[in-house]
Amino acid sequence: MPKVSLKKPSPSLDMTPMVDLAFLLVTFFMLTASFREAEPVVIDPPGSHSDKLLPENYILVSIDASGRPFFGISNAQAKAKTLERMLQKYNVQLTEKQKKEFMKLSVFGVDIKELPRYLDMTDAERQKYKTAGIPNDSLNPQLKEWILYAAQEANAVYLEAKEAAKSKGQDFKMEKPRYAIKADQKTKYISVKKVIDTFTDIKIYRFNLITSYEGGSKKE
Amino acid sequence: MAEIAEEGGGGHGKGKKRGKKPSARIDMTPMVDLAFLLLTFFVLTSTFSKPKTMEINYPAKPEPTDNIKPPEVKNGLTLILTKDRIFYYKGEFILPNDPKGRPATQLEETDFSINGLHKLLVDLNKSAIEEIKVLEEKAKRKEIPDTTFKRLVMEAKGKKEALTVLIKTDDQATYKNFIDVVDELNLAMVGKYVTVDMMPQEYELLKQKLGNQ
Repeated sequence: MPKVSLKKPSPSLDMTPMVDLAFLLVTFFMLTASFREAEPVVIDPPGSHSDKLLPENYILVSIDASGRPFFGISNAQAKAKTLERMLQKYNVQLTEKQKKEFMKLSVFGVDIKELPRYLDMTDAERQKYKTAGIPNDSLNPQLKEWILYAAQEANAVYLEAKEAAKSKGQDFKMEKPRYAIKADQKTKYISVKKVIDTFTDIKIYRFNLITSYEGGSKKE
Repeated sequence: MAEIAEEGGGGHGKGKKRGKKPSARIDMTPMVDLAFLLLTFFVLTSTFSKPKTMEINYPAKPEPTDNIKPPEVKNGLTLILTKDRIFYYKGEFILPNDPKGRPATQLEETDFSINGLHKLLVDLNKSAIEEIKVLEEKAKRKEIPDTTFKRLVMEAKGKKEALTVLIKTDDQATYKNFIDVVDELNLAMVGKYVTVDMMPQEYELLKQKLGNQ
Protein backbone atom coordinates (compact mmCIF):
# COMPACT_ATOMS: atom_id res chain seq x y z
CA MET A 1 0.00 0.00 0.00
CA PRO A 2 1.32 3.39 -0.89
CA LYS A 3 1.92 5.59 2.05
CA VAL A 4 0.47 8.69 0.52
CA SER A 5 -3.11 7.99 -0.20
CA LEU A 6 -4.68 9.90 -3.04
CA LYS A 7 -6.88 12.73 -2.12
CA LYS A 8 -10.46 11.80 -2.47
CA PRO A 9 -11.98 13.77 -5.30
CA SER A 10 -14.59 16.09 -4.05
CA PRO A 11 -18.06 14.93 -5.05
CA SER A 12 -19.19 18.40 -5.87
CA LEU A 13 -17.73 19.87 -9.00
CA ASP A 14 -17.29 23.53 -9.65
CA MET A 15 -19.61 24.18 -12.54
CA THR A 16 -19.25 27.93 -12.63
CA PRO A 17 -17.01 28.18 -15.73
CA MET A 18 -19.18 25.74 -17.62
CA VAL A 19 -22.32 27.65 -16.74
CA ASP A 20 -20.63 30.89 -17.70
CA LEU A 21 -19.76 29.49 -21.07
CA ALA A 22 -23.18 28.00 -21.58
CA PHE A 23 -24.86 31.31 -20.90
CA LEU A 24 -22.40 33.16 -23.05
CA LEU A 25 -23.27 30.87 -25.95
CA VAL A 26 -26.98 31.10 -25.22
CA THR A 27 -26.78 34.86 -25.32
CA PHE A 28 -24.77 34.80 -28.51
CA PHE A 29 -27.14 32.50 -30.33
CA MET A 30 -30.18 34.33 -29.04
CA LEU A 31 -28.89 37.62 -30.35
CA THR A 32 -27.69 36.32 -33.69
CA ALA A 33 -30.67 34.08 -34.38
CA SER A 34 -33.22 35.54 -36.69
CA PHE A 35 -36.53 33.91 -36.27
CA ARG A 36 -38.36 32.66 -39.24
CA GLU A 37 -41.30 34.91 -39.70
CA ALA A 38 -44.75 33.46 -39.55
CA GLU A 39 -45.90 32.49 -43.00
CA PRO A 40 -49.47 32.14 -44.11
CA VAL A 41 -48.65 28.78 -45.70
CA VAL A 42 -46.03 26.16 -45.11
CA ILE A 43 -43.69 25.91 -48.06
CA ASP A 44 -41.13 23.15 -48.12
CA PRO A 45 -38.56 24.05 -50.77
CA PRO A 46 -36.72 21.29 -52.63
CA GLY A 47 -33.12 20.50 -51.76
CA SER A 48 -30.10 21.39 -53.85
CA HIS A 49 -26.33 21.46 -53.59
CA SER A 50 -26.16 25.21 -53.98
CA ASP A 51 -24.70 26.94 -50.93
CA LYS A 52 -25.38 30.52 -51.93
CA LEU A 53 -27.20 32.47 -49.27
CA LEU A 54 -30.35 34.41 -49.90
CA PRO A 55 -29.43 38.09 -50.46
CA GLU A 56 -30.53 40.58 -47.82
CA ASN A 57 -32.54 42.81 -50.09
CA TYR A 58 -35.14 40.88 -52.02
CA ILE A 59 -38.59 40.84 -53.49
CA LEU A 60 -40.12 37.46 -52.92
CA VAL A 61 -42.86 35.51 -54.59
CA SER A 62 -43.75 32.30 -52.77
CA ILE A 63 -45.83 29.67 -54.47
CA ASP A 64 -47.47 27.03 -52.33
CA ALA A 65 -48.13 23.42 -53.27
CA SER A 66 -51.47 24.24 -54.87
CA GLY A 67 -49.96 27.02 -56.97
CA ARG A 68 -51.23 30.10 -55.09
CA PRO A 69 -48.80 33.02 -55.27
CA PHE A 70 -47.82 35.05 -52.21
CA PHE A 71 -45.83 38.24 -52.21
CA GLY A 72 -43.32 39.90 -49.90
CA ILE A 73 -40.70 42.66 -49.84
CA SER A 74 -37.79 42.63 -47.43
CA ASN A 75 -37.07 46.35 -47.41
CA ALA A 76 -39.54 48.17 -45.13
CA GLN A 77 -39.25 51.53 -46.88
CA ALA A 78 -39.90 50.06 -50.30
CA LYS A 79 -42.71 47.97 -48.87
CA ALA A 80 -44.54 50.99 -47.47
CA LYS A 81 -44.20 52.91 -50.74
CA THR A 82 -45.34 49.96 -52.82
CA LEU A 83 -48.40 49.56 -50.62
CA GLU A 84 -49.29 53.23 -51.05
CA ARG A 85 -49.11 52.99 -54.82
CA MET A 86 -51.19 49.82 -54.94
CA LEU A 87 -53.83 51.31 -52.62
CA GLN A 88 -54.04 54.38 -54.78
CA LYS A 89 -54.35 52.38 -57.96
CA TYR A 90 -57.15 50.19 -56.62
CA ASN A 91 -58.72 52.96 -54.57
CA VAL A 92 -58.58 51.01 -51.33
CA GLN A 93 -58.37 52.80 -47.98
CA LEU A 94 -56.37 51.50 -45.06
CA THR A 95 -56.20 52.93 -41.56
CA GLU A 96 -52.83 53.63 -39.94
CA LYS A 97 -53.31 50.60 -37.74
CA GLN A 98 -53.95 48.38 -40.72
CA LYS A 99 -50.88 49.74 -42.47
CA LYS A 100 -48.79 48.95 -39.42
CA GLU A 101 -50.23 45.45 -39.45
CA PHE A 102 -49.33 45.12 -43.12
CA MET A 103 -45.71 46.00 -42.40
CA LYS A 104 -45.54 43.10 -39.98
CA LEU A 105 -46.52 40.54 -42.59
CA SER A 106 -43.57 38.81 -44.23
CA VAL A 107 -45.65 37.58 -47.14
CA PHE A 108 -49.32 37.85 -47.94
CA GLY A 109 -51.58 36.31 -50.52
CA VAL A 110 -54.88 38.14 -50.74
CA ASP A 111 -56.66 40.23 -53.30
CA ILE A 112 -56.05 43.89 -52.51
CA LYS A 113 -59.79 44.42 -52.05
CA GLU A 114 -59.76 41.89 -49.23
CA LEU A 115 -56.70 43.46 -47.65
CA PRO A 116 -58.48 45.69 -45.06
CA ARG A 117 -60.50 42.75 -43.78
CA TYR A 118 -57.45 40.48 -43.78
CA LEU A 119 -55.39 43.00 -41.81
CA ASP A 120 -58.09 43.32 -39.13
CA MET A 121 -57.84 39.62 -38.35
CA THR A 122 -55.74 38.17 -35.58
CA ASP A 123 -52.85 35.87 -36.40
CA ALA A 124 -54.90 32.81 -35.55
CA GLU A 125 -57.74 33.90 -37.81
CA ARG A 126 -55.33 34.56 -40.64
CA GLN A 127 -53.94 31.06 -40.34
CA LYS A 128 -57.41 29.67 -40.94
CA TYR A 129 -58.38 32.16 -43.61
CA LYS A 130 -58.62 30.55 -47.03
CA THR A 131 -57.01 32.79 -49.57
CA ALA A 132 -56.79 32.29 -53.29
CA GLY A 133 -53.35 33.86 -53.50
CA ILE A 134 -52.70 37.13 -55.28
CA PRO A 135 -54.71 37.32 -58.50
CA ASN A 136 -52.43 36.85 -61.48
CA ASP A 137 -54.22 36.80 -64.78
CA SER A 138 -54.58 39.21 -67.64
CA LEU A 139 -57.90 40.58 -66.36
CA ASN A 140 -56.64 41.14 -62.85
CA PRO A 141 -52.85 41.36 -62.96
CA GLN A 142 -52.32 42.34 -59.33
CA LEU A 143 -49.21 40.23 -58.87
CA LYS A 144 -47.59 41.87 -61.86
CA GLU A 145 -48.36 45.32 -60.47
CA TRP A 146 -47.08 44.43 -57.02
CA ILE A 147 -43.84 43.19 -58.57
CA LEU A 148 -43.51 46.14 -60.91
CA TYR A 149 -44.08 48.76 -58.20
CA ALA A 150 -41.94 46.90 -55.71
CA ALA A 151 -39.09 46.65 -58.22
CA GLN A 152 -39.30 50.37 -58.95
CA GLU A 153 -39.51 51.37 -55.29
CA ALA A 154 -36.81 48.96 -54.14
CA ASN A 155 -34.46 50.26 -56.82
CA ALA A 156 -35.30 53.85 -55.89
CA VAL A 157 -34.58 53.12 -52.22
CA TYR A 158 -31.34 51.44 -53.22
CA LEU A 159 -30.17 54.35 -55.36
CA GLU A 160 -31.21 56.90 -52.75
CA ALA A 161 -29.23 55.09 -50.08
CA LYS A 162 -26.27 54.89 -52.43
CA GLU A 163 -26.38 58.60 -53.13
CA ALA A 164 -26.77 59.43 -49.44
CA ALA A 165 -23.79 57.26 -48.54
CA LYS A 166 -21.73 58.80 -51.31
CA SER A 167 -22.43 62.38 -50.26
CA LYS A 168 -21.55 61.59 -46.66
CA GLY A 169 -18.50 59.64 -47.72
CA GLN A 170 -19.63 56.53 -45.89
CA ASP A 171 -19.23 52.94 -46.88
CA PHE A 172 -22.15 51.70 -48.87
CA LYS A 173 -23.22 48.25 -47.89
CA MET A 174 -26.76 47.80 -49.10
CA GLU A 175 -27.29 45.12 -51.71
CA LYS A 176 -29.12 45.63 -54.95
CA PRO A 177 -32.66 44.27 -54.78
CA ARG A 178 -32.94 40.71 -56.07
CA TYR A 179 -35.94 38.69 -57.10
CA ALA A 180 -36.48 35.50 -55.18
CA ILE A 181 -38.91 32.72 -55.96
CA LYS A 182 -39.79 30.17 -53.36
CA ALA A 183 -41.95 27.21 -54.24
CA ASP A 184 -42.86 23.94 -52.64
CA GLN A 185 -41.45 20.62 -53.80
CA LYS A 186 -44.89 19.56 -54.91
CA THR A 187 -45.76 22.76 -56.72
CA LYS A 188 -46.45 22.10 -60.37
CA TYR A 189 -43.79 23.62 -62.55
CA ILE A 190 -46.39 25.38 -64.67
CA SER A 191 -47.50 27.41 -61.64
CA VAL A 192 -43.90 28.52 -61.18
CA LYS A 193 -43.64 29.20 -64.89
CA LYS A 194 -46.66 31.46 -64.73
CA VAL A 195 -44.99 33.57 -62.06
CA ILE A 196 -41.71 33.62 -63.98
CA ASP A 197 -43.58 34.75 -67.09
CA THR A 198 -45.03 37.56 -65.00
CA PHE A 199 -41.50 38.63 -64.13
CA THR A 200 -40.19 38.33 -67.69
CA ASP A 201 -43.13 40.44 -68.90
CA ILE A 202 -41.68 43.34 -66.95
CA LYS A 203 -38.15 42.56 -68.10
CA ILE A 204 -36.82 40.85 -65.03
CA TYR A 205 -34.86 37.79 -66.06
CA ARG A 206 -32.61 36.92 -63.17
CA PHE A 207 -33.95 35.01 -60.19
CA ASN A 208 -32.83 33.44 -56.99
CA LEU A 209 -34.69 30.19 -56.55
CA ILE A 210 -34.87 29.33 -52.89
CA THR A 211 -33.88 25.80 -52.01
CA SER A 212 -32.89 24.05 -48.85
CA TYR A 213 -29.33 22.85 -48.62
CA GLU A 214 -29.00 19.10 -48.96
CA GLY A 215 -25.47 19.09 -47.70
CA GLY A 216 -22.62 16.96 -48.89
CA SER A 217 -19.93 18.05 -51.27
CA LYS A 218 -20.12 17.96 -55.02
CA LYS A 219 -20.71 14.58 -56.53
CA GLU A 220 -17.80 13.17 -58.41
CA MET B 1 -22.57 17.93 -9.10
CA ALA B 2 -23.51 20.86 -7.02
CA GLU B 3 -25.82 19.87 -4.27
CA ILE B 4 -28.11 21.65 -1.95
CA ALA B 5 -26.46 22.33 1.35
CA GLU B 6 -29.68 22.43 3.20
CA GLU B 7 -29.97 22.68 6.89
CA GLY B 8 -31.74 19.97 8.76
CA GLY B 9 -34.82 22.13 8.91
CA GLY B 10 -37.76 21.65 11.27
CA GLY B 11 -37.77 19.15 14.04
CA HIS B 12 -35.91 21.36 16.49
CA GLY B 13 -39.04 22.10 18.31
CA LYS B 14 -37.83 25.39 19.63
CA GLY B 15 -40.48 27.95 20.19
CA LYS B 16 -38.54 30.84 18.86
CA LYS B 17 -38.53 31.23 15.16
CA ARG B 18 -35.22 32.18 13.76
CA GLY B 19 -34.55 33.31 10.22
CA LYS B 20 -32.97 30.45 8.38
CA LYS B 21 -29.40 31.05 7.45
CA PRO B 22 -29.23 31.28 3.71
CA SER B 23 -27.12 28.44 2.46
CA ALA B 24 -23.87 29.39 0.82
CA ARG B 25 -24.42 27.11 -2.16
CA ILE B 26 -27.25 27.21 -4.59
CA ASP B 27 -28.24 24.21 -6.58
CA MET B 28 -27.39 25.21 -10.14
CA THR B 29 -28.47 22.01 -11.83
CA PRO B 30 -31.89 23.20 -13.08
CA MET B 31 -30.37 26.41 -14.29
CA VAL B 32 -27.66 24.58 -16.18
CA ASP B 33 -30.25 22.22 -17.62
CA LEU B 34 -32.22 25.15 -18.88
CA ALA B 35 -29.15 26.89 -20.23
CA PHE B 36 -28.14 23.86 -22.25
CA LEU B 37 -31.65 23.30 -23.46
CA LEU B 38 -31.77 26.85 -24.78
CA LEU B 39 -28.29 26.50 -26.19
CA THR B 40 -29.22 23.39 -28.11
CA PHE B 41 -32.39 25.01 -29.36
CA PHE B 42 -30.66 28.11 -30.67
CA VAL B 43 -27.78 26.20 -32.21
CA LEU B 44 -30.14 23.96 -34.12
CA THR B 45 -32.58 26.63 -35.24
CA SER B 46 -30.01 29.20 -36.26
CA THR B 47 -27.94 26.95 -38.50
CA PHE B 48 -30.75 25.17 -40.27
CA SER B 49 -33.18 27.93 -41.02
CA LYS B 50 -31.01 30.01 -43.34
CA PRO B 51 -32.39 29.51 -46.82
CA LYS B 52 -30.07 28.84 -49.72
CA THR B 53 -30.67 29.98 -53.22
CA MET B 54 -29.83 29.07 -56.75
CA GLU B 55 -29.30 31.80 -59.29
CA ILE B 56 -30.88 31.29 -62.65
CA ASN B 57 -31.37 33.38 -65.74
CA TYR B 58 -34.33 33.17 -68.02
CA PRO B 59 -34.27 34.15 -71.66
CA ALA B 60 -35.79 37.46 -72.61
CA LYS B 61 -38.91 37.32 -74.68
CA PRO B 62 -37.89 38.28 -78.19
CA GLU B 63 -39.44 41.48 -79.46
CA PRO B 64 -41.34 41.10 -82.71
CA THR B 65 -38.95 43.56 -84.31
CA ASP B 66 -35.88 41.57 -83.28
CA ASN B 67 -34.36 39.38 -85.88
CA ILE B 68 -32.22 36.93 -83.95
CA LYS B 69 -30.80 33.88 -85.59
CA PRO B 70 -30.80 30.84 -83.37
CA PRO B 71 -27.24 30.18 -82.23
CA GLU B 72 -25.43 27.25 -83.75
CA VAL B 73 -25.44 24.37 -81.31
CA LYS B 74 -22.89 21.62 -81.70
CA ASN B 75 -23.43 19.65 -78.56
CA GLY B 76 -27.08 19.90 -77.66
CA LEU B 77 -29.29 17.95 -75.34
CA THR B 78 -33.00 18.33 -74.75
CA LEU B 79 -34.45 17.19 -71.46
CA ILE B 80 -38.17 16.63 -71.21
CA LEU B 81 -39.57 16.53 -67.72
CA THR B 82 -42.79 15.00 -66.61
CA LYS B 83 -43.93 13.87 -63.20
CA ASP B 84 -40.83 12.33 -61.56
CA ARG B 85 -39.63 11.02 -64.92
CA ILE B 86 -37.19 12.44 -67.37
CA PHE B 87 -36.73 11.85 -71.09
CA TYR B 88 -34.06 13.17 -73.40
CA TYR B 89 -32.73 13.27 -76.91
CA LYS B 90 -29.45 14.52 -78.28
CA GLY B 91 -28.98 17.05 -81.00
CA GLU B 92 -31.77 18.65 -82.92
CA PHE B 93 -35.30 17.36 -83.27
CA ILE B 94 -35.77 15.36 -86.46
CA LEU B 95 -39.24 14.72 -87.78
CA PRO B 96 -40.18 11.40 -89.33
CA ASN B 97 -39.54 11.25 -93.11
CA ASP B 98 -36.60 13.61 -92.88
CA PRO B 99 -35.55 14.80 -96.36
CA LYS B 100 -31.91 14.12 -95.54
CA GLY B 101 -32.78 10.59 -94.50
CA ARG B 102 -31.78 10.96 -90.86
CA PRO B 103 -33.60 8.73 -88.39
CA ALA B 104 -36.51 10.38 -86.60
CA THR B 105 -35.91 11.50 -83.03
CA GLN B 106 -36.75 8.97 -80.36
CA LEU B 107 -37.05 9.85 -76.70
CA GLU B 108 -34.91 7.93 -74.27
CA GLU B 109 -35.56 7.73 -70.58
CA THR B 110 -33.17 8.37 -67.75
CA ASP B 111 -33.67 9.04 -64.04
CA PHE B 112 -32.51 11.39 -61.31
CA SER B 113 -29.97 8.97 -59.83
CA ILE B 114 -26.22 9.37 -60.02
CA ASN B 115 -26.04 6.80 -62.80
CA GLY B 116 -28.84 8.42 -64.72
CA LEU B 117 -28.95 12.10 -65.48
CA HIS B 118 -25.70 12.92 -63.71
CA LYS B 119 -23.68 10.41 -65.73
CA LEU B 120 -25.35 11.49 -68.96
CA LEU B 121 -24.48 15.14 -68.38
CA VAL B 122 -20.93 14.45 -67.24
CA ASP B 123 -20.28 12.29 -70.30
CA LEU B 124 -21.63 14.86 -72.71
CA ASN B 125 -19.90 17.79 -71.06
CA LYS B 126 -16.54 16.06 -70.68
CA SER B 127 -14.50 18.65 -72.57
CA ALA B 128 -15.69 21.54 -70.42
CA ILE B 129 -15.35 19.61 -67.16
CA GLU B 130 -11.77 18.62 -67.97
CA GLU B 131 -10.88 22.15 -68.95
CA ILE B 132 -12.34 23.49 -65.72
CA LYS B 133 -10.46 20.88 -63.70
CA VAL B 134 -7.17 22.06 -65.19
CA LEU B 135 -8.13 25.64 -64.36
CA GLU B 136 -9.02 24.68 -60.82
CA GLU B 137 -5.62 23.07 -60.39
CA LYS B 138 -3.95 26.21 -61.65
CA ALA B 139 -6.01 28.38 -59.34
CA LYS B 140 -5.09 26.16 -56.41
CA ARG B 141 -1.40 26.62 -57.14
CA LYS B 142 -2.06 30.38 -57.43
CA GLU B 143 -0.87 30.48 -61.01
CA ILE B 144 -3.86 32.51 -62.08
CA PRO B 145 -5.69 35.13 -59.99
CA ASP B 146 -9.22 34.52 -58.80
CA THR B 147 -10.94 36.91 -61.19
CA THR B 148 -9.16 35.44 -64.21
CA PHE B 149 -10.10 31.99 -63.01
CA LYS B 150 -13.77 32.89 -62.86
CA ARG B 151 -13.64 34.43 -66.31
CA LEU B 152 -11.86 31.41 -67.80
CA VAL B 153 -14.40 29.06 -66.22
CA MET B 154 -17.19 31.08 -67.78
CA GLU B 155 -15.44 30.90 -71.13
CA ALA B 156 -14.92 27.15 -70.86
CA LYS B 157 -18.61 26.69 -70.12
CA GLY B 158 -19.57 28.88 -73.05
CA LYS B 159 -17.44 27.16 -75.68
CA LYS B 160 -19.01 25.50 -78.67
CA GLU B 161 -17.94 22.03 -77.58
CA ALA B 162 -19.52 22.53 -74.16
CA LEU B 163 -22.95 21.08 -73.64
CA THR B 164 -26.04 23.15 -74.30
CA VAL B 165 -29.19 21.95 -72.58
CA LEU B 166 -32.80 22.78 -73.26
CA ILE B 167 -35.19 22.02 -70.43
CA LYS B 168 -38.80 21.43 -71.36
CA THR B 169 -41.48 20.53 -68.91
CA ASP B 170 -44.99 19.25 -69.33
CA ASP B 171 -47.83 20.24 -67.02
CA GLN B 172 -47.30 17.26 -64.71
CA ALA B 173 -43.71 18.06 -63.75
CA THR B 174 -43.16 19.42 -60.26
CA TYR B 175 -40.91 22.21 -59.13
CA LYS B 176 -38.74 19.66 -57.36
CA ASN B 177 -38.07 17.84 -60.65
CA PHE B 178 -37.03 21.11 -62.20
CA ILE B 179 -34.73 22.11 -59.34
CA ASP B 180 -33.16 18.64 -59.35
CA VAL B 181 -32.32 19.03 -63.02
CA VAL B 182 -30.90 22.52 -62.60
CA ASP B 183 -28.88 21.27 -59.65
CA GLU B 184 -27.43 18.45 -61.75
CA LEU B 185 -26.62 20.90 -64.52
CA ASN B 186 -24.74 23.08 -62.06
CA LEU B 187 -22.83 20.10 -60.72
CA ALA B 188 -21.93 18.99 -64.23
CA MET B 189 -20.60 22.49 -65.01
CA VAL B 190 -23.14 23.09 -67.75
CA GLY B 191 -23.17 26.82 -68.33
CA LYS B 192 -25.60 27.01 -71.20
CA TYR B 193 -29.04 25.86 -70.25
CA VAL B 194 -32.39 27.37 -70.83
CA THR B 195 -36.00 26.49 -70.17
CA VAL B 196 -38.28 26.67 -73.15
CA ASP B 197 -41.73 25.55 -74.12
CA MET B 198 -42.26 22.13 -75.57
CA MET B 199 -42.93 21.73 -79.27
CA PRO B 200 -46.16 19.92 -80.22
CA GLN B 201 -44.18 17.13 -81.94
CA GLU B 202 -42.20 16.54 -78.77
CA TYR B 203 -45.38 16.46 -76.78
CA GLU B 204 -46.75 13.79 -79.09
CA LEU B 205 -43.63 11.66 -78.57
CA LEU B 206 -43.87 12.13 -74.83
CA LYS B 207 -47.52 11.09 -74.82
CA GLN B 208 -46.65 7.94 -76.77
CA LYS B 209 -43.90 7.10 -74.28
CA LEU B 210 -46.16 7.65 -71.31
CA GLY B 211 -49.01 5.78 -72.94
CA ASN B 212 -46.93 2.70 -73.65
CA GLN B 213 -46.24 1.98 -70.04
